Amino acid sequence: MTGAPDGLARSENRDDKGGRGPLALNGVTRRFGEFTAVDNVSFEVGPGELLALVGASGSGKTTTLRMAAGYEAPDSGTVTLGGKDITRVPPERRGFGMVFQHYALFPHMPVEDNVAFGLEARGVSKVDRLVKARAALASVGLEGAGGRPIQSLSGGEQQRVALARALVIEPQALLLDEPLSNLDPTLRHAMRDDLRAMLRRVGVPALFVTHDQEDAFAVADRIALLKKGKLLQVGTPEELYNAPLSREVAAFIGRGSIVPAIDKGSTATVTIGGVARDLNVTRPKGVAPHLETAFVVLRPDALELSRSAGVLAWRGRIANRRFAGGVIVYRVQLADGISVDVESLSGEAHEDDNVSISPLKGPFPLVPA
Amino acid sequence: MKAASRRQSWLIALPVMALLLWTVVYPNVAVIAGSFENGLGHWREFAASPADREALWTSLVISVASVFASLAIGVPLAFLLGRFEFPGRRLLRAVATLPAALPPLVGVIAFLFLYGESGLVTRVVQRALGMAEAPWRLKGVGAIVFVHAYTMYVYVFLFVSAGLERFDATLDEAASGLGANTWQRLRRVTLPLLMPAVAGSALLVFMNALGSFSAPYVFGGGLRVLSTQILASKINGAMGLAYVETTVLALSAVAGLVLFRWLDRKRRYTLASKGGRSRRTIRSRRIQILTTVASAVIVVALVLPHLMVILVSFARDGAWTTQVLPPEYTFENYRRLFTEAELWKPITNSVSMALIATAANLVVCFIAGYLIVLRKFGGRGLLELLVALPWAIPATAIALGLAATFNRNDLLSGRVLLVGTFWILPLAYFIRDIPLVASAVESSLRQMDASLEDAARGLGASWMMTLRRVVLPAARPGLVAGGLLAAVTAVGEFVASVVLYTHSNRPISMEILAQLRALAFGTAAAYSVLLIFLVLLMTLAARSFEERLA
Repeated sequence: MTGAPDGLARSENRDDKGGRGPLALNGVTRRFGEFTAVDNVSFEVGPGELLALVGASGSGKTTTLRMAAGYEAPDSGTVTLGGKDITRVPPERRGFGMVFQHYALFPHMPVEDNVAFGLEARGVSKVDRLVKARAALASVGLEGAGGRPIQSLSGGEQQRVALARALVIEPQALLLDEPLSNLDPTLRHAMRDDLRAMLRRVGVPALFVTHDQEDAFAVADRIALLKKGKLLQVGTPEELYNAPLSREVAAFIGRGSIVPAIDKGSTATVTIGGVARDLNVTRPKGVAPHLETAFVVLRPDALELSRSAGVLAWRGRIANRRFAGGVIVYRVQLADGISVDVESLSGEAHEDDNVSISPLKGPFPLVPA
Repeated sequence: MKAASRRQSWLIALPVMALLLWTVVYPNVAVIAGSFENGLGHWREFAASPADREALWTSLVISVASVFASLAIGVPLAFLLGRFEFPGRRLLRAVATLPAALPPLVGVIAFLFLYGESGLVTRVVQRALGMAEAPWRLKGVGAIVFVHAYTMYVYVFLFVSAGLERFDATLDEAASGLGANTWQRLRRVTLPLLMPAVAGSALLVFMNALGSFSAPYVFGGGLRVLSTQILASKINGAMGLAYVETTVLALSAVAGLVLFRWLDRKRRYTLASKGGRSRRTIRSRRIQILTTVASAVIVVALVLPHLMVILVSFARDGAWTTQVLPPEYTFENYRRLFTEAELWKPITNSVSMALIATAANLVVCFIAGYLIVLRKFGGRGLLELLVALPWAIPATAIALGLAATFNRNDLLSGRVLLVGTFWILPLAYFIRDIPLVASAVESSLRQMDASLEDAARGLGASWMMTLRRVVLPAARPGLVAGGLLAAVTAVGEFVASVVLYTHSNRPISMEILAQLRALAFGTAAAYSVLLIFLVLLMTLAARSFEERLA
């Protein structure tokens, strides 16, 4: 046993940048005793594609990532890479690049030994691995940092080292566990763009876990939303935002109030405080028309606030006023215990003012219960 | 304000520092000075003596061998119990630290009963193989290292287990994700990260083995080591030579300390306490059986000394000669301990001396810990050094220093006559246990938020009230744990006692030795069981005290 990986991890003669093709999870399930952490989850990440696994804590997203990496074995289902079953291949022979949430940098090694570790495990000569490690460090903007101890790095720098360490082995896929959650907000916004650019450059399937839907929207090509171990929806950020499959998806995406509605096919009627309005709706694919219970998502940018009392408008009182860059966001308390956020360019209204709210043209996302 | 608080710090610190300088530093200086009392004469005598050269060499060989033997047992055991799940794991974990509960001399006599020439295991093997003589003799370097490995591997085991528990499992996963196989991970990630634990425990074993007295004293059989040489020289009245030997022993300890610090110099990290690695179940049937059988053997080996001492404590004195097991059993040994005044005396001696020493430890170490952790003042470094110093000096050297210093009343040179009185032993116990109690108090206080003291003062509490209501409760866990350890070590203390005891203040350990010499094995064992019982009693008392307050 030299620890040299088999052909799976070796990739010197790779022509296409996509490595061995798409990474797919096919109906994987993982139970811990009575508790089902991941329940029959399937999705595929293509070469060069960035998929975000999103969910609250305990949703099973990290367990899913760990099954993709090989640290957990699924109780049922398979993991495939380019169509080849790798479910039983241990992590050390998968040749995946993994970035851990707290980076998991080896504290007893300087930066370049950390980065070169994967090459050392593959039996690459000392000279070659140092050259490659330095190049990888340069590619993440850390030229000349090779000799520094890990403890001297800032959080952002540690993250770049972890990324360089994952990239230097020319991985077949990249897996990232909450790559942005340990960074302060300013750095975090800058890193989103850098991370997306770097992952696209590598051109292998990239899967990253986050609990923050803003991170997911900013970085990912597609999003897989998990709740209590079940996959709720996979799609582009636009699809999740505009056509959520369920009330749960709409609630997780947030930015809007979910109010009950009467489903009329291409429209839906929303009644608040006795005032009924028909709204244009988009229906998720495959949902039967005229649902018994349906909801409509009222987004802040799809509503209009007026200080005059319109006859067909919903009336309410401003509970909270918040400046959000170019617009003012008002939280308005309506009748029936419903409150909505409304964006307005005008800052004239103030807290405790009585206002009326009218829906704009839409369409509004309609979701089943 | 600032200057006033600094002045106050010094005011509190000065009595403590003076006490430590007088009882810890001064005796050692006296020993070193004594070694030069006729210029280099005593040192030439030492250098020219083949016995002393042999003793120095043997001491070092025993210490190094004890380190390796302890590592060879402690590290694999820590890995086995920390990383794997197998039938019998809980039992093995429960008894793994048992040897630490044996007072040093008791461990030694238990080994004598088991593996000595007329010991149980020796006889069983002899009979089984039909040999005319004992298959081995419990003598010399091998026997001493054998006992040391049994009692001292616990340090290694505990340190490495704690290291494994704090080990960040994602580091191991990261390494395997990067393609490293099991062996590469062990060599490049796990072991390097455990090095601080390994080095720390190795140092502890080295210091203990170097200062060890009981095993060489009982099993030496003509073998010379520094600690026994010191006692021999003192008894022969060759005090100058004893001073040189003591200085050499203390210097060896300091050299060991410096060497280990140097080996561990490059470390700049600490292990994050995330842990969370689950134990792997051993699946292979054959390896499972092998582990279970091996752990059963280890469990028996670990428990046997305790059981043997208990068994022998019921044996009639003088009846056990050539039989495998003692032939006659009786409660007589215990009855005599509790009824004969001469036999009862050592028990009250040990208990009262241990309690006095521990009380002094609690007071002095609380003040020292408070000053070191919560007060910023110029003398902090010196105070830290003073409370840590006794740890670096072998007990025999401490005892000889006391014998050299407190041997007459001479106020001009700061000497008081304590040798030959009751008070010399509590003083020795007190000094030996200062580092133990101080470090426990310090670590408790370090967990306290330093701004709590400021908050209390800001709310109008006086300094005294702050100390009593805020600092003392924060130090309490350390005081209880440190005090317990101090009391437990003091009640079974042997090494300093053998140098300083008199007939009237003789502790239990000296009485055990005396009974052993008189071949009264049963009585010696009964004392040993009583000692174990006292240790147990103190542990329970400390625990219930802590629970009542917490």
